[in-house]
Amino acid sequence: METTRKIIRKQSLEKLYKLLSETRKVYAPVIATDKQVEYKYNPAFADITFDHIRSTLSVKNIVFPKVENLFLYTNSKTESTITDIDLNKIPDVVLWGAHPCDTAAFDILSSIFCRDSKDEFYSRRLEKLVVIGLSCHMSDEYCFCTSVGLAPDSSKGSDILLKRLQNNDYQVEILTEKGNKIVSSSPELFEPFTGEEVIVTEVKHKFSHEQVTAKLAGAFEHPFWVANSLRCIGCGACAYVCPTCACFDIQDETRGKNGKRYRSWDSCGFGLFTLHTSGHNPREVQSQRWRQRIMHKFSYMPERNETLGCVGCGRCSSGCPVDMNIAEQLVALQNL
Amino acid sequence: MNNLISRAKELLENKTVNVVIGYEAGPTGVARPAFITDPEKADTLIYDERCIQNLAVYLTKHEVKHFSKMAIVATLPVMRSIMMLISEQQIFEENIVVLGVSADGSLLDIADIHVMQGYIEKSDLSNPAKQKELLAELNKLSPEEKFAYWQKELSKCIKCYACRQACPMCYCTRCSVEVNQPQWIPVQSNTHGNMEWHILRAMHLAGRCVSCGECGRACPVGIPCHLLTMHLADQVHNYFKVYAGTSEKMSSVLSTFEPNDKESFII
Repeated sequence: METTRKIIRKQSLEKLYKLLSETRKVYAPVIATDKQVEYKYNPAFADITFDHIRSTLSVKNIVFPKVENLFLYTNSKTESTITDIDLNKIPDVVLWGAHPCDTAAFDILSSIFCRDSKDEFYSRRLEKLVVIGLSCHMSDEYCFCTSVGLAPDSSKGSDILLKRLQNNDYQVEILTEKGNKIVSSSPELFEPFTGEEVIVTEVKHKFSHEQVTAKLAGAFEHPFWVANSLRCIGCGACAYVCPTCACFDIQDETRGKNGKRYRSWDSCGFGLFTLHTSGHNPREVQSQRWRQRIMHKFSYMPERNETLGCVGCGRCSSGCPVDMNIAEQLVALQNL
Repeated sequence: MNNLISRAKELLENKTVNVVIGYEAGPTGVARPAFITDPEKADTLIYDERCIQNLAVYLTKHEVKHFSKMAIVATLPVMRSIMMLISEQQIFEENIVVLGVSADGSLLDIADIHVMQGYIEKSDLSNPAKQKELLAELNKLSPEEKFAYWQKELSKCIKCYACRQACPMCYCTRCSVEVNQPQWIPVQSNTHGNMEWHILRAMHLAGRCVSCGECGRACPVGIPCHLLTMHLADQVHNYFKVYAGTSEKMSSVLSTFEPNDKESFII
């Protein structure tokens, strides 16, 4: 549909939030500590932050929970009975105030979860989701959305995009039918847009992703990987805070006769990730795992999924305990 | 600082070591580990109040071990970690040159392990002041309140294992959470499973934790998990009067028995 623009005043925004939270779960960011911004379901409006650069974790949890039960089972002596998860119980959710890097991640996740066949859990959660994005009026040295084809005010993945105006009111861009439904159900909260200037932060362009992708094609054996990953300690922090990392592990957990099969976040940074039963590990050392992380996002995904696997949110770098600064490494790779 | 750089250069030039593990400043101003192999590049080494990571974690890392002879910039917790790793036979004294730095940032002359032991022994080995305060606050709570506090904190855990990976004493090539025959700890991240993981981690570090605080610093979601291991370091000291990482011959207190051990903690 064609994008339409309106204005919403701060006090109407609160009314909108209250209306939405009466009928659905609203997932919104709150400041937890001086360093941590967490998304919570239905927090008090007064606690919601409109002035944060990035939440500690991305919002992928909403469509790709850290733990998703796939089915339940009961074992008897002779047979197992399987009970499917009722997907109709997946609730309607509004994602409130997610920044453009996070909203752009849904398309990338879909390119993974719905590539050959539709992942039922993921796609049902996405169907039930309405995304109210919030363009960025703040950024820091870890942000690099403009280097991966996005912008601090891009509307990709949002149903409605809010952009801050000078007086703390917001311009409302209505981008999809889902978004339009929300706006048209409470028309009294919105006013006509009259061309006010929006406040958008500037994010420095650091590298050309096309050049990085081209360079990576011939860089598999380059000494760059070992030299630049010696300090990587091999934890999963980068993958778990990443909005587009989609790898998961599948496990059965049984207590007595009853059990469940679930999937939970996993990371290619772990040695166990590729360990074969035989004992052989095709990615035996950390430099190979670090190479995989960058190759996957900037070489394999552009080739196979026709999208970059990175939105430039900078979480992997800001959350890394040893400063594995990905933008710095991509710049270096571009200049190899 | 200049002493550190010239010492690093000298060690690399005369090939005493193949790498110097120290700190450099990243592009955002954060101090991070540096692996200097070329004496010309030793000038990038820094040492200031930003340099808090426990670098001893790299001494057992597969790709770092390939350097064979290493020098390492070592604050007190790093020295204690080195002592623990030697006592547990994970590294060998002859492969390590310790570039000790004192609390005020000056280069110490650590000629060998006995000098290092002497330095460690005359240092204050109790938990850092700020952590002592936090622990004292926590210890005022009732058991129910403490349980509620840790439930709330540990519910945030995403099982990224940054706490484990950042810890110099967590060097197992296969951690018990990676064993699923039997499954000791649930793989999924939920409050119950997260608590089991953190209790297991803390217990494996009892008597081995050198109070560097690296696990808590590494946690991307801000769980103060270092307080668990630091509390146990306190407890071990109360019962056995030893601090971890004070002797190359020390075995872990929880894996040894002596007739005069206090048994007051056995119910």
